[in-house]
Amino acid sequence: MVEALPMAGAPTNINLAGLTKNDYRGNPSTLCQGCGHNSISNQIVTALYEMNIVPENVLKFSGIGCSSKSPTYFLNRTFGFNSLHGRMPSIATGGLFGDHSMRGISVSGDGDSASIGMGQFKHVMRRNVNMVYIVENNGVYGLTKGQFSATAERGLNLKKQGQNPYMPIDICMEALVSNATFIARSFAGNAKQVKELLKAALAHDGIAVLDIISPCVTFNNNEDAHHSYPWGKDNEHPIHEISYIAPRNEIMLDRELEAGESREVKLHDGSTIVLKNLENSYDPSNRYEALRVMEESQRNNWLVTGLLYLDTTRQNLTTQYNLVDTPLNRLTQADLRPERTAIDKVNALMF
Amino acid sequence: MNKIVNDFSITVGTKNGSGSSTANNTLLRSIFKMGIPISGKNLFPSNIQGLPTWYTIRVNKDGFIARRDHNDIVVALNPDSFARDLASVLPGGAFYYSDDIKQPITRTDVAIYPMPIRTIVRNDPNVPADFRDLVGNMVYVGVLAETIGIDLEKILVALSFHFKGKQKPIDMNFNAVKAGAEWAKANLEKKDPFRLEAMDKTDGLIMTDGNTAAAIGSIFGGVQFAGWYPITPASSLAEALIDYLPILRKREDEKNTYAIIQAEDELAALGMAVGAGWSGLRSMTSTSGPGLSLMTEFAGLAYYAEIPVVIWDVQRIGPSTGLPTRTSQGDLTFVYFIGHGDSHSIILLPGDVSECFDFGWQSFDLAERIQTPIFVLSDLDMGMNQWMSKPFEYPEKPMDRGKVLWEKDIEEIKGNWGRYLDKDGDGIPYRTIPGNKHPLSSYFTRGTGHDEHAKYTEESDKFLKNMDRLKRKNETAKQYVPAPISYPIEDATVGILAYGSTEAAVLEARYELDKDHGIKADFLRVRALPFTKEVDAFLAKYDQVFVVEMNRDGQMNQILKTEYPQYAVNFKSVAYGDGMPASAKWVREGILEKYEKATSNQRTAISKKTASKKAVGIAKKVAAKKVTKKVVAG
Repeated sequence: MVEALPMAGAPTNINLAGLTKNDYRGNPSTLCQGCGHNSISNQIVTALYEMNIVPENVLKFSGIGCSSKSPTYFLNRTFGFNSLHGRMPSIATGGLFGDHSMRGISVSGDGDSASIGMGQFKHVMRRNVNMVYIVENNGVYGLTKGQFSATAERGLNLKKQGQNPYMPIDICMEALVSNATFIARSFAGNAKQVKELLKAALAHDGIAVLDIISPCVTFNNNEDAHHSYPWGKDNEHPIHEISYIAPRNEIMLDRELEAGESREVKLHDGSTIVLKNLENSYDPSNRYEALRVMEESQRNNWLVTGLLYLDTTRQNLTTQYNLVDTPLNRLTQADLRPERTAIDKVNALMF
Repeated sequence: MNKIVNDFSITVGTKNGSGSSTANNTLLRSIFKMGIPISGKNLFPSNIQGLPTWYTIRVNKDGFIARRDHNDIVVALNPDSFARDLASVLPGGAFYYSDDIKQPITRTDVAIYPMPIRTIVRNDPNVPADFRDLVGNMVYVGVLAETIGIDLEKILVALSFHFKGKQKPIDMNFNAVKAGAEWAKANLEKKDPFRLEAMDKTDGLIMTDGNTAAAIGSIFGGVQFAGWYPITPASSLAEALIDYLPILRKREDEKNTYAIIQAEDELAALGMAVGAGWSGLRSMTSTSGPGLSLMTEFAGLAYYAEIPVVIWDVQRIGPSTGLPTRTSQGDLTFVYFIGHGDSHSIILLPGDVSECFDFGWQSFDLAERIQTPIFVLSDLDMGMNQWMSKPFEYPEKPMDRGKVLWEKDIEEIKGNWGRYLDKDGDGIPYRTIPGNKHPLSSYFTRGTGHDEHAKYTEESDKFLKNMDRLKRKNETAKQYVPAPISYPIEDATVGILAYGSTEAAVLEARYELDKDHGIKADFLRVRALPFTKEVDAFLAKYDQVFVVEMNRDGQMNQILKTEYPQYAVNFKSVAYGDGMPASAKWVREGILEKYEKATSNQRTAISKKTASKKAVGIAKKVAAKKVTKKVVAG
């Protein structure tokens, strides 16, 4: 329970919100054994638990597809909306106006976002809606049994479909050109990175896109397929090791930072992301550089992972609307219906 | 010469984008201020500049203000439509035109008035060259003022309103009016019978359009969220929200209690509105037919997931893009059954601009009470044209926020609740709102099959139970939706059932049917679907019920036949849809074409319903035989 804050000698499995990890779990997954999506759900549970976020303070959104089923598998105590195929962004945009103190966690897939929902995907980026937008990207339609998605690489062979003749859509690049404010890519097989990026995304104020390559063990896991475990493991090029440091979290601050190789990025809430660069010094606030790295990785067949782009200068959507402090959905008739004298005033405004 | 006072029509033909709307509105408003019942309708093309456009005014001392099919007075300013405009004047009518149009005058049966508009404007040193065309429009207002008798003071009132008190444009335009009037006084000899005389029949009335009224009504209903996408003829509804919300919901802390978002398309517009409705906001969208086609998937989701949201459909004529700037009642069956699978929509049908205001706030109460999308079907004529109206009335009923459980409520019932559980037997479940901090308050919303606790299920019995409850909810809705408006007359033998903006045309047609043909018709204007008990009672009374509507297929007639199969033979569809606002002429002629004299006579003699039914059958057979004979003889 929320009020049961930890006291001296409380078991260590209770976080600062007074909750155990179980309080963050959802229903058992009905996805396939070994599906990358399950691993992501687990990291969502862990990230929220470790960040002491109260489940009632977030909202879950999804569209339609395997990925969109996953909000059932985490945060049972959180309101959720499994909406329509490709339309999650609009539901979330409106849904987050009810109580602007809430943060959205949205899960979509490559079919949901890069095909049927491309339009809404792009527009939710430019509006900077206050939510984490996870794309569980496997290059294939799972629920309808193995058709190509728009993120599938050219030349990919699938059992029933033959060879994919089209060029793929790059989720991160689309997000960047649509002016998203937080763009990261990861690989479901790299659980630690997924978790750290999730934490950074949750701390970001605005839209945070996480394109997570999440292999489909049933329909798209051949060794040479770009959305497979074997390919991902062999071709992943993290641009940095990433650590999320919560504000005022002394335990985490004890961690050693290696000067010269690391870069700290401050988020709105005072937390910090530490990027330990592996190769070149990478500046995630440089949009041009982000585009160059993505282009380079495409040409070299690399799966570049890490925080690709971050802009902390823009206000999120609800902030732009200068809303009253009270959540809009707690307002009553006294706030919402103009007073009686206003009717004369408005009649006088007519001819 | 005979005088015809306060009973004629005026049509002005101009080019789209030529700035004539100020002049036309000034005509309308100044005559309205003279106390004479009036309507003005803009018959415009889907175009920004160049195509012919008309503005048609009807003045009628008895209050019959439906559009007239014929023109008593025509003002022609557009060379492209000159011949057509001249041909459209009734014999004995008046034809005014700008004398720079050099085209043959082919009529000798109408009064012809050439007007030197360009010369008059050019002679006014206070009108800059690039304003001449705009201000020139005011010259014909002045000429008409002199010849038909519009009070110049009232014209000044109208101009002051239009230019929001800004003296410079008021003066410039009013000087053109006066110049026109002076020229007409000195140079024109009145050769037609049409005159205006001041009355007191518009005292206390206001003049506005349905979209503005709908927006203001929504604000009094506490609107908090609107997602919208521009589309004719609905755009001005959302734009009126944007205009009036800052005035009517201004706060000392200068913060906002609402958000309006222009979406990327209608899918997203309704998606956002549904999201906001789900999260507990009074939420709406406004669109027209093509937009509604896109909104269909979200309408289905909102129906099944039971999310309150208000959807205004300002109808234009389809199918497809259709005639984007012409009016219609063509979306009724589409909306009634909107979405795949079994569904029933709750639809409100405002009949005038004051009802647009009323349904603006009432629709939110209904949406939150019944937890479903509420569709409000207005149309282009009502939405975009200026109508005289009784003033807006402050909502006397407190807001109904429906069945909502907050933290303390959940605590009281110890978390023992189900999102889709029919606790009260009325089909309406309880809901919680995201942001509720009670650990037992949340549920998972989905468009997939769900049980009483919102859990995913594919089990047949649970699915059926839920679908039955949704149907029951629709029954419950009947006690909440607005009742029809009844216009009874004594000794009525037939009924007329209509809805929406056709009211004025129906009332006028009914008067004529009585006066000229001795047909006495009871009239019921339906204001909502599902039908209420008042509709049941009305239909039980008459063997012939003429169902009047502006579409091709008689959509209300189709729904009536489905909902009232026992009266199916009684319904006679009077449906017509050419994009023009309804006129009394087509209502009257449509009814006369379908009217069966035998049955109405029989009805008084035979009291038993079954017997009279038989009579209908016999009459029909006889009629059919006559037709056959005719064909054979021909």
